[in-house]
Amino acid sequence: MELNVLRYIVLSPLIGFLINGIGGKRLGHRAVGLVANATVLISFLIGVYAFTVLLSMPVNERLLTDTVYTWISAGALTIDVKLMMDPLSVVMALVVSGVGFLIHVYSLGYMHEDRGYARYFSFLNLFMFSMLLLVLSSNIVLMFVGWEGVGLCSYLLIGFWYEKDSAANAGKKAFITNRIGDYGFLLGLFLLASSLASKGVLSLDFTAMAGHVALLSPAVLTVIGVLLFVGATGKSAQLPLYVWLPDAMEGPTPVSALIHAATMVTAGVYMIARMNFLYVLAPTALEVVAVVGALTALYAATIGLVQNDIKRVLAYSTISQLGYMFMGVGVGAFSAGIFHLMTHAFFKALLFLAAGSVMHALSGEQDMRKMGGLRTKIPVTYAVFLAAALAIAGIPGLSGFFSKDSILAAAYGSGHTVVWLLGFITALLTGLYIFRLMSMTFYGESRIDEHTAHHIHESPKVMTVPLIILAALSIIGGYVGVPRLLGNIFGWHDSDMFVHFLAPVFPVVPAHKMPVAVETWLMIGSIAMAVLGVFAALYVYVTKRMQPAKSAAQAVPGLYRLLLNKYYVDELYNAVIIRPLMALSRSFLWKFFDVWIVDGTVNGSAYVTEWASARLRKIQTGDFQVYVTIFLIGVFSVLAYFVLR
Amino acid sequence: MNYQLLFVLSFVLFVVGMIGVAMRRNVIIVLVSLELMLNAVNILFVSASKYLHTLDGQVFVIMVITIAAAEAAIALALVVRLFRTMGMVKIDDLKRLKW
Repeated sequence: MELNVLRYIVLSPLIGFLINGIGGKRLGHRAVGLVANATVLISFLIGVYAFTVLLSMPVNERLLTDTVYTWISAGALTIDVKLMMDPLSVVMALVVSGVGFLIHVYSLGYMHEDRGYARYFSFLNLFMFSMLLLVLSSNIVLMFVGWEGVGLCSYLLIGFWYEKDSAANAGKKAFITNRIGDYGFLLGLFLLASSLASKGVLSLDFTAMAGHVALLSPAVLTVIGVLLFVGATGKSAQLPLYVWLPDAMEGPTPVSALIHAATMVTAGVYMIARMNFLYVLAPTALEVVAVVGALTALYAATIGLVQNDIKRVLAYSTISQLGYMFMGVGVGAFSAGIFHLMTHAFFKALLFLAAGSVMHALSGEQDMRKMGGLRTKIPVTYAVFLAAALAIAGIPGLSGFFSKDSILAAAYGSGHTVVWLLGFITALLTGLYIFRLMSMTFYGESRIDEHTAHHIHESPKVMTVPLIILAALSIIGGYVGVPRLLGNIFGWHDSDMFVHFLAPVFPVVPAHKMPVAVETWLMIGSIAMAVLGVFAALYVYVTKRMQPAKSAAQAVPGLYRLLLNKYYVDELYNAVIIRPLMALSRSFLWKFFDVWIVDGTVNGSAYVTEWASARLRKIQTGDFQVYVTIFLIGVFSVLAYFVLR
Repeated sequence: MNYQLLFVLSFVLFVVGMIGVAMRRNVIIVLVSLELMLNAVNILFVSASKYLHTLDGQVFVIMVITIAAAEAAIALALVVRLFRTMGMVKIDDLKRLKW
């Protein structure tokens, strides 16, 4: 069904971007904030309206489209600027615009004193435009436009405080790392387009492709799937391209919450869920996704255990949780992956915003070793932080528990025992690192220096209200997808509404029915792991005042240093890729190619002209009689030629 | 009428003038040689006109004489200026104008 208001979901933030981008300096803080927030709120409200329209339709016809205009028309191939909204896009659009709106409101308070207030909000609106375009586009080419757009905004906002070298460099790192991933994505896109065209399918629309990818051979589909996933590893910070995300914390904290936790980094998960019709035909590619996701989840969680910067712990936590999502979609449980994406958007955005509130209270301090005992001093921040921490740890009853559990159950049920085991261990580490963070920040005695302690204050209402809303969502957000096992206990038989809602989009995965006993034990197991992690962290960091952690670090100093230095991956990339590339550029591209070939051609042509002129001008003796003689010789030669011919 | 003799005369005069232009160093002699060449051509025009029974050659001659008069006037003016500024009329000393 056509629904022509869809375009305004995307256009509204773009208009906000144009107003604030062009006239931001003259508008004043109040108007800039109003424009930026209103445009995003409009997107969200239209999204809600479209959602109600969608709900009123029969389950299998839930698809809204809006063709804006024909973008590319080349021979038989046409690519339209066309938006579509199906159950998957509506979930994404509502999460993006809803969480995005709350973060916009929070930013009003957080960025209040910043010089680049208008610039900040115009970039934020541009990001909302790109992200909504990404999730609502109906073909993969238009999706790629949004994909690149969010990458650009990520770059602009990481490097927002560009006077700081570290921020500028972090922006460049994110951009370049994403470029490497996007190269893979583009190759996959080209291969997909050309192999579909060779079968006579001249459309890159998702719905059209879904009906035709079965024509392609499994080998081609696997290559396409893996190449597209390379793009996802860049955008969604998975091994081996995750390195940019921890550095991205140089940006303002609401940016970390919006782009580097809740929305943009989940674009890779969304892309794979969107291309599910392709991935189910390429089981090997899906296997790669699951294994990379599981390894990333565990890997990032171990690093998160020893970091001391509050935002970096959360960054590694994000990478780890994204690994869970890929694990989910990789084992074929697309709706579980998207479910975790949604709950993660709530509690991770909340964690970041609350961390921002902590930093706000402590005059910008990010080192957890200089915090502690903040529980009573900033009670609202503490309460919402606790809700989010319990949610991410997977404590039963909160959102994170339901989504994480459905991923782990799907992994085990589909026979991916190793993937499940990695996720199971990560569940323990998640509880451990997040409550290490809680303990070091909010519990125990204060390690804050006196000067800062004097200024501690709770954040203003404009910041705490979004926090409280997000906290409510983190707590209750999971009840849209309660596993049937639990629902049955309480006599609620359609409890996994989320799966039902998304069912028309995703292929019917061969049911992996587990005995109820196994599923129950799995659930008890993951609850036990989460609780164990939480209490272990509280015991070590609060009861024993970090002593066990210190002695553990002393007992295995090598391991500790390895984790603290993030497995030396940055150093490895530096040595293996960046240094050789720099050396090559310096010695070959610059000192040889540029100096000798490029400059050589330019300077050489000038030199040759000069050299030739120096010789040619000798002919011009200035001697009149020589000229006359030569002229006469010429005349007679021409005459002789015509006469004697 | 012996046209052949006239043609030979014209040719000889032309070659003499040509050698004069190419070899003599005095600017005035060079100019005189130039006039000689022009008049050699004039003789050729007139005799060819008579020989071919057309008037074309004679029309050309009048034009050549007109232009030669103008050329002589300008050339002599230049020679006068040359002598006033440089104190000589030697053609191979004029190389200073090169480059």
